[in-house]
Amino acid sequence: MAVLEIIHYPDDRLKQASDTVTLFDQSLKDFLVDLEETRLSGPGAVGIAAPQVGVAKRIAIVDLTELKKPVDNHGHLLMINPEITQWQGMEKGREGCLSVPDFTGNVIRAEKITIRFQNSEAQWAEFETRGYEARAIQHEIDHLDGMLFLDRLVSRRADLFQRKVYKK
Amino acid sequence: MKKWSLLTLVGADQTAIVAAVTRVLAEADCELGETSMMRMGGSFAMMLRVRHENQDLAALLKDVCDRLSLHLHIDDDVDSSNAAIEPDVNITVYGADRSGIVAEVTSKLADAGLNIIDLETALAGTKDKPIYIMTIEGQARQGVDALTKAAESISDGVELNIIPIQTLRA
Repeated sequence: MAVLEIIHYPDDRLKQASDTVTLFDQSLKDFLVDLEETRLSGPGAVGIAAPQVGVAKRIAIVDLTELKKPVDNHGHLLMINPEITQWQGMEKGREGCLSVPDFTGNVIRAEKITIRFQNSEAQWAEFETRGYEARAIQHEIDHLDGMLFLDRLVSRRADLFQRKVYKK
Repeated sequence: MKKWSLLTLVGADQTAIVAAVTRVLAEADCELGETSMMRMGGSFAMMLRVRHENQDLAALLKDVCDRLSLHLHIDDDVDSSNAAIEPDVNITVYGADRSGIVAEVTSKLADAGLNIIDLETALAGTKDKPIYIMTIEGQARQGVDALTKAAESISDGVELNIIPIQTLRA
Protein backbone atom coordinates (compact mmCIF):
# COMPACT_ATOMS: atom_id res chain seq x y z
CA MET A 1 0.00 0.00 0.00
CA ALA A 2 1.23 3.44 -0.85
CA VAL A 3 0.03 6.97 -1.33
CA LEU A 4 0.87 7.86 -4.91
CA GLU A 5 1.96 11.27 -6.10
CA ILE A 6 -0.87 13.41 -7.51
CA ILE A 7 0.26 15.12 -10.69
CA HIS A 8 -0.83 18.68 -11.38
CA TYR A 9 -1.75 20.54 -14.54
CA PRO A 10 0.23 21.59 -16.70
CA ASP A 11 1.63 18.04 -16.63
CA ASP A 12 0.89 16.74 -20.16
CA ARG A 13 -0.19 13.36 -18.87
CA LEU A 14 -3.45 14.92 -17.65
CA LYS A 15 -4.34 15.87 -21.23
CA GLN A 16 -3.90 12.39 -22.73
CA ALA A 17 -6.61 9.80 -23.25
CA SER A 18 -6.15 6.64 -21.19
CA ASP A 19 -6.05 3.02 -22.39
CA THR A 20 -8.73 0.40 -21.83
CA VAL A 21 -7.88 -2.09 -19.08
CA THR A 22 -7.63 -5.64 -20.46
CA LEU A 23 -5.69 -7.43 -17.76
CA PHE A 24 -7.68 -8.03 -14.55
CA ASP A 25 -4.88 -9.38 -12.36
CA GLN A 26 -3.48 -8.88 -8.88
CA SER A 27 -1.48 -5.81 -9.93
CA LEU A 28 -4.75 -4.12 -10.90
CA LYS A 29 -6.16 -4.85 -7.42
CA ASP A 30 -2.99 -3.55 -5.81
CA PHE A 31 -3.22 -0.37 -7.86
CA LEU A 32 -6.85 0.15 -6.81
CA VAL A 33 -5.80 -0.04 -3.16
CA ASP A 34 -3.07 2.54 -3.73
CA LEU A 35 -5.37 4.80 -5.73
CA GLU A 36 -7.98 4.71 -2.95
CA GLU A 37 -5.35 5.44 -0.33
CA THR A 38 -4.20 8.39 -2.43
CA ARG A 39 -7.79 9.72 -2.72
CA LEU A 40 -8.25 9.50 1.03
CA SER A 41 -4.97 11.30 1.70
CA GLY A 42 -6.20 14.36 -0.19
CA PRO A 43 -8.46 17.10 1.13
CA GLY A 44 -11.95 15.59 1.03
CA ALA A 45 -11.85 14.28 -2.54
CA VAL A 46 -14.96 12.33 -3.59
CA GLY A 47 -13.21 10.85 -6.59
CA ILE A 48 -9.91 10.14 -8.26
CA ALA A 49 -8.87 8.83 -11.66
CA ALA A 50 -5.73 6.90 -12.62
CA PRO A 51 -4.33 9.67 -14.86
CA GLN A 52 -4.15 11.90 -11.77
CA VAL A 53 -1.35 9.66 -10.50
CA GLY A 54 0.24 9.46 -13.96
CA VAL A 55 -1.24 6.08 -14.92
CA ALA A 56 -2.92 6.18 -18.35
CA LYS A 57 -5.52 3.48 -17.70
CA ARG A 58 -9.30 3.74 -17.63
CA ILE A 59 -9.71 3.38 -13.86
CA ALA A 60 -11.53 5.70 -11.46
CA ILE A 61 -12.95 5.73 -7.96
CA VAL A 62 -16.03 7.69 -6.84
CA ASP A 63 -17.34 7.63 -3.27
CA LEU A 64 -20.05 9.94 -1.98
CA THR A 65 -20.82 7.95 1.15
CA GLU A 66 -18.85 10.17 3.52
CA LEU A 67 -20.16 13.65 2.67
CA LYS A 68 -21.07 16.07 5.44
CA LYS A 69 -24.28 16.88 3.56
CA PRO A 70 -25.49 13.44 2.47
CA VAL A 71 -26.55 12.87 -1.15
CA ASP A 72 -28.09 9.90 -2.96
CA ASN A 73 -25.37 7.51 -4.07
CA HIS A 74 -24.58 3.96 -5.15
CA GLY A 75 -21.90 3.35 -2.52
CA HIS A 76 -18.18 3.11 -3.01
CA LEU A 77 -17.56 2.76 -6.75
CA LEU A 78 -14.40 1.21 -8.19
CA MET A 79 -14.87 1.75 -11.90
CA ILE A 80 -12.81 0.09 -14.59
CA ASN A 81 -13.44 0.97 -18.23
CA PRO A 82 -16.43 3.16 -17.31
CA GLU A 83 -18.69 4.43 -20.08
CA ILE A 84 -21.64 6.77 -20.01
CA THR A 85 -24.34 5.38 -22.27
CA GLN A 86 -27.08 7.99 -21.73
CA TRP A 87 -27.16 11.62 -20.75
CA GLN A 88 -30.14 13.74 -19.72
CA GLY A 89 -30.63 17.30 -18.56
CA MET A 90 -28.07 19.94 -17.68
CA GLU A 91 -27.06 21.44 -14.39
CA LYS A 92 -24.48 23.94 -13.24
CA GLY A 93 -22.28 23.13 -10.26
CA ARG A 94 -19.00 24.13 -8.71
CA GLU A 95 -16.02 21.83 -9.03
CA GLY A 96 -12.43 21.63 -7.95
CA CYS A 97 -9.76 19.06 -8.75
CA LEU A 98 -6.81 17.51 -6.94
CA SER A 99 -4.80 18.13 -10.11
CA VAL A 100 -5.67 21.86 -10.22
CA PRO A 101 -4.94 23.19 -6.72
CA ASP A 102 -6.43 26.44 -5.41
CA PHE A 103 -9.15 26.93 -7.99
CA THR A 104 -12.83 26.07 -8.22
CA GLY A 105 -15.18 26.98 -11.02
CA ASN A 106 -18.63 26.44 -12.45
CA VAL A 107 -19.16 23.57 -14.85
CA ILE A 108 -22.25 22.32 -16.69
CA ARG A 109 -22.82 18.57 -16.45
CA ALA A 110 -25.61 16.20 -17.42
CA GLU A 111 -28.10 15.95 -14.55
CA LYS A 112 -28.82 12.26 -15.09
CA ILE A 113 -26.63 9.58 -16.68
CA THR A 114 -26.56 5.86 -17.26
CA ILE A 115 -23.15 4.42 -16.45
CA ARG A 116 -21.62 1.01 -17.11
CA PHE A 117 -18.25 -0.20 -15.89
CA GLN A 118 -16.32 -3.30 -14.87
CA ASN A 119 -15.19 -4.25 -11.39
CA SER A 120 -11.79 -5.70 -10.54
CA GLU A 121 -13.11 -9.17 -11.51
CA ALA A 122 -14.03 -7.84 -14.98
CA GLN A 123 -17.78 -8.11 -14.28
CA TRP A 124 -19.97 -5.40 -15.78
CA ALA A 125 -22.44 -3.32 -13.80
CA GLU A 126 -24.85 -0.72 -15.13
CA PHE A 127 -27.14 1.78 -13.41
CA GLU A 128 -28.71 5.18 -13.67
CA THR A 129 -27.61 7.98 -11.38
CA ARG A 130 -28.22 11.69 -11.04
CA GLY A 131 -27.15 14.89 -9.39
CA TYR A 132 -23.97 15.01 -7.39
CA GLU A 133 -22.94 11.40 -8.02
CA ALA A 134 -23.53 11.81 -11.76
CA ARG A 135 -21.39 14.97 -11.64
CA ALA A 136 -18.53 13.19 -9.86
CA ILE A 137 -18.60 10.30 -12.35
CA GLN A 138 -18.55 12.70 -15.32
CA HIS A 139 -15.61 14.58 -13.76
CA GLU A 140 -13.64 11.32 -13.40
CA ILE A 141 -14.47 9.96 -16.87
CA ASP A 142 -13.29 13.28 -18.29
CA HIS A 143 -9.87 12.53 -16.75
CA LEU A 144 -9.82 9.22 -18.64
CA ASP A 145 -10.44 11.15 -21.86
CA GLY A 146 -7.71 13.72 -21.15
CA MET A 147 -10.16 16.44 -20.17
CA LEU A 148 -10.09 18.68 -17.11
CA PHE A 149 -12.95 20.68 -15.58
CA LEU A 150 -11.01 23.69 -16.85
CA ASP A 151 -12.04 22.59 -20.36
CA ARG A 152 -15.69 23.02 -19.39
CA LEU A 153 -15.75 26.23 -17.32
CA VAL A 154 -18.73 28.50 -17.82
CA SER A 155 -19.19 32.09 -16.78
CA ARG A 156 -21.75 33.05 -14.16
CA ARG A 157 -23.60 35.11 -16.73
CA ALA A 158 -24.11 32.20 -19.09
CA ASP A 159 -26.99 30.61 -17.23
CA LEU A 160 -28.60 33.13 -14.97
CA PHE A 161 -31.81 31.25 -14.31
CA GLN A 162 -30.72 27.68 -14.51
CA ARG A 163 -32.36 26.21 -11.45
CA LYS A 164 -31.85 22.94 -9.76
CA VAL A 165 -35.19 21.41 -8.93
CA TYR A 166 -35.06 18.00 -7.31
CA LYS A 167 -38.23 15.98 -7.42
CA LYS A 168 -38.34 12.50 -6.07
CA MET B 1 10.59 43.08 -2.93
CA LYS B 2 7.56 42.82 -5.18
CA LYS B 3 4.23 44.16 -4.04
CA TRP B 4 0.61 43.90 -5.09
CA SER B 5 -1.46 46.88 -6.20
CA LEU B 6 -5.09 47.02 -7.24
CA LEU B 7 -5.73 49.06 -10.37
CA THR B 8 -9.17 50.32 -11.35
CA LEU B 9 -9.56 51.74 -14.86
CA VAL B 10 -12.81 53.07 -16.30
CA GLY B 11 -13.59 54.74 -19.62
CA ALA B 12 -15.95 54.81 -22.58
CA ASP B 13 -16.13 51.32 -24.07
CA GLN B 14 -14.09 50.78 -27.22
CA THR B 15 -12.33 47.88 -28.87
CA ALA B 16 -8.99 46.65 -27.50
CA ILE B 17 -8.85 48.50 -24.17
CA VAL B 18 -7.81 45.31 -22.39
CA ALA B 19 -5.10 44.58 -24.93
CA ALA B 20 -3.68 48.10 -24.73
CA VAL B 21 -3.55 48.26 -20.92
CA THR B 22 -2.24 44.75 -20.31
CA ARG B 23 0.39 45.15 -23.05
CA VAL B 24 1.90 48.12 -21.19
CA LEU B 25 1.89 46.18 -17.92
CA ALA B 26 3.42 43.09 -19.51
CA GLU B 27 6.22 45.03 -21.16
CA ALA B 28 7.09 46.53 -17.76
CA ASP B 29 7.24 43.03 -16.20
CA CYS B 30 4.15 43.57 -14.06
CA GLU B 31 2.37 40.30 -13.29
CA LEU B 32 -1.41 40.01 -13.25
CA GLY B 33 -3.30 38.22 -10.48
CA GLU B 34 -7.09 38.18 -10.21
CA THR B 35 -8.82 40.54 -12.59
CA SER B 36 -12.41 41.43 -13.33
CA MET B 37 -13.33 43.42 -16.40
CA MET B 38 -16.67 44.12 -17.98
CA ARG B 39 -18.77 46.44 -20.04
CA MET B 40 -21.19 48.39 -17.84
CA GLY B 41 -23.62 50.57 -19.74
CA GLY B 42 -21.50 52.39 -22.32
CA SER B 43 -18.41 52.20 -20.15
CA PHE B 44 -15.77 49.57 -19.73
CA ALA B 45 -14.54 48.92 -16.19
CA MET B 46 -11.40 46.99 -15.32
CA MET B 47 -10.05 45.93 -11.93
CA LEU B 48 -6.68 44.23 -11.91
CA ARG B 49 -4.42 42.98 -9.15
CA VAL B 50 -0.88 43.62 -10.32
CA ARG B 51 2.38 42.41 -8.79
CA HIS B 52 5.36 44.64 -9.50
CA GLU B 53 8.75 45.92 -8.31
CA ASN B 54 7.39 49.00 -6.61
CA GLN B 55 7.02 50.81 -9.94
CA ASP B 56 5.24 54.10 -10.55
CA LEU B 57 2.18 52.54 -12.18
CA ALA B 58 0.48 55.91 -12.74
CA ALA B 59 3.46 57.11 -14.81
CA LEU B 60 3.69 53.79 -16.59
CA LEU B 61 0.02 53.89 -17.67
CA LYS B 62 -0.22 57.64 -18.32
CA ASP B 63 0.11 57.42 -22.11
CA VAL B 64 -2.39 54.63 -22.59
CA CYS B 65 -4.88 56.27 -20.20
CA ASP B 66 -4.60 59.59 -22.07
CA ARG B 67 -4.99 57.93 -25.46
CA LEU B 68 -8.07 55.87 -24.43
CA SER B 69 -9.51 58.46 -21.99
CA LEU B 70 -9.40 56.06 -19.05
CA HIS B 71 -9.65 57.10 -15.42
CA LEU B 72 -7.06 55.30 -13.32
CA HIS B 73 -7.18 54.66 -9.59
CA ILE B 74 -4.43 52.79 -7.74
CA ASP B 75 -4.67 51.12 -4.32
CA ASP B 76 -1.69 49.51 -2.74
CA ASP B 77 -3.11 46.16 -1.80
CA VAL B 78 -2.94 45.59 1.93
CA ASP B 79 -3.74 41.88 1.64
CA SER B 80 -1.16 40.11 -0.50
CA SER B 81 -2.79 36.69 -0.18
CA ASN B 82 -3.87 35.29 -3.51
CA ALA B 83 -6.13 32.64 -2.04
CA ALA B 84 -9.72 32.90 -3.16
CA ILE B 85 -12.51 32.56 -0.60
CA GLU B 86 -14.87 29.74 -1.49
CA PRO B 87 -18.55 30.57 -1.88
CA ASP B 88 -20.98 28.14 -0.28
CA VAL B 89 -24.23 29.75 -1.35
CA ASN B 90 -25.67 31.08 -4.59
CA ILE B 91 -28.53 33.57 -4.46
CA THR B 92 -30.58 34.90 -7.32
CA VAL B 93 -33.00 37.76 -6.83
CA TYR B 94 -35.42 39.29 -9.30
CA GLY B 95 -38.52 41.38 -9.39
CA ALA B 96 -40.27 44.38 -10.88
CA ASP B 97 -37.75 47.19 -10.74
CA ARG B 98 -38.09 49.74 -7.96
CA SER B 99 -35.59 51.66 -5.90
CA GLY B 100 -34.04 49.97 -2.90
CA ILE B 101 -34.08 46.29 -3.90
CA VAL B 102 -30.33 45.80 -3.52
CA ALA B 103 -30.23 47.76 -0.26
CA GLU B 104 -33.10 45.81 1.28
CA VAL B 105 -31.94 42.37 0.19
CA THR B 106 -28.28 42.81 1.06
CA SER B 107 -29.04 44.42 4.45
CA LYS B 108 -31.33 41.61 5.52
CA LEU B 109 -28.98 38.92 4.26
CA ALA B 110 -25.96 40.62 5.86
CA ASP B 111 -27.76 40.57 9.21
CA ALA B 112 -28.23 36.81 8.70
CA GLY B 113 -24.50 36.26 8.14
CA LEU B 114 -24.06 36.63 4.38
CA ASN B 115 -20.56 37.60 3.28
CA ILE B 116 -20.79 38.61 -0.39
CA ILE B 117 -17.93 37.38 -2.58
CA ASP B 118 -19.39 38.28 -5.93
CA LEU B 119 -22.48 40.24 -6.91
CA GLU B 120 -23.87 41.28 -10.27
CA THR B 121 -27.04 43.06 -11.14
CA ALA B 122 -28.78 43.85 -14.39
CA LEU B 123 -31.80 45.77 -15.54
CA ALA B 124 -34.01 43.92 -18.03
CA GLY B 125 -37.64 43.67 -19.15
CA THR B 126 -39.51 46.24 -21.19
CA LYS B 127 -39.37 49.99 -20.88
CA ASP B 128 -42.76 50.26 -19.14
CA LYS B 129 -42.23 47.16 -17.02
CA PRO B 130 -38.55 46.95 -16.16
CA ILE B 131 -37.31 44.11 -13.99
CA TYR B 132 -34.24 43.99 -11.81
CA ILE B 133 -32.05 40.88 -11.62
CA MET B 134 -29.26 40.15 -9.16
CA THR B 135 -26.97 37.17 -8.69
CA ILE B 136 -24.83 36.72 -5.60
CA GLU B 137 -22.20 34.20 -4.63
CA GLY B 138 -21.19 34.31 -1.00
CA GLN B 139 -20.50 32.63 2.27
CA ALA B 140 -23.38 31.88 4.61
CA ARG B 141 -21.51 32.40 7.86
CA GLN B 142 -24.55 31.55 9.99
CA GLY B 143 -25.68 28.78 7.64
CA VAL B 144 -28.02 28.75 4.66
CA ASP B 145 -31.10 28.27 6.86
CA ALA B 146 -30.46 31.66 8.49
CA LEU B 147 -30.49 33.26 5.02
CA THR B 148 -33.68 31.46 4.03
CA LYS B 149 -35.35 32.67 7.21
CA ALA B 150 -34.16 36.25 6.63
CA ALA B 151 -35.48 36.10 3.07
CA GLU B 152 -39.03 35.58 4.39
CA SER B 153 -39.08 39.17 5.64
CA ILE B 154 -38.14 40.63 2.25
CA SER B 155 -40.96 42.60 0.63
CA ASP B 156 -43.48 40.98 -1.68
CA GLY B 157 -42.69 41.20 -5.37
CA VAL B 158 -39.03 40.26 -4.94
CA GLU B 159 -38.27 36.64 -5.80
CA LEU B 160 -35.32 35.00 -4.06
CA ASN B 161 -33.72 31.64 -4.72
CA ILE B 162 -31.12 30.59 -2.18
CA ILE B 163 -29.19 27.51 -3.20
CA PRO B 164 -26.30 25.94 -1.28
CA ILE B 165 -23.16 25.38 -3.34
CA GLN B 166 -21.67 21.96 -2.66
CA THR B 167 -18.28 22.14 -4.35
CA LEU B 168 -17.22 18.81 -5.85
CA ARG B 169 -13.61 17.92 -5.13
CA ALA B 170 -12.30 15.12 -7.25
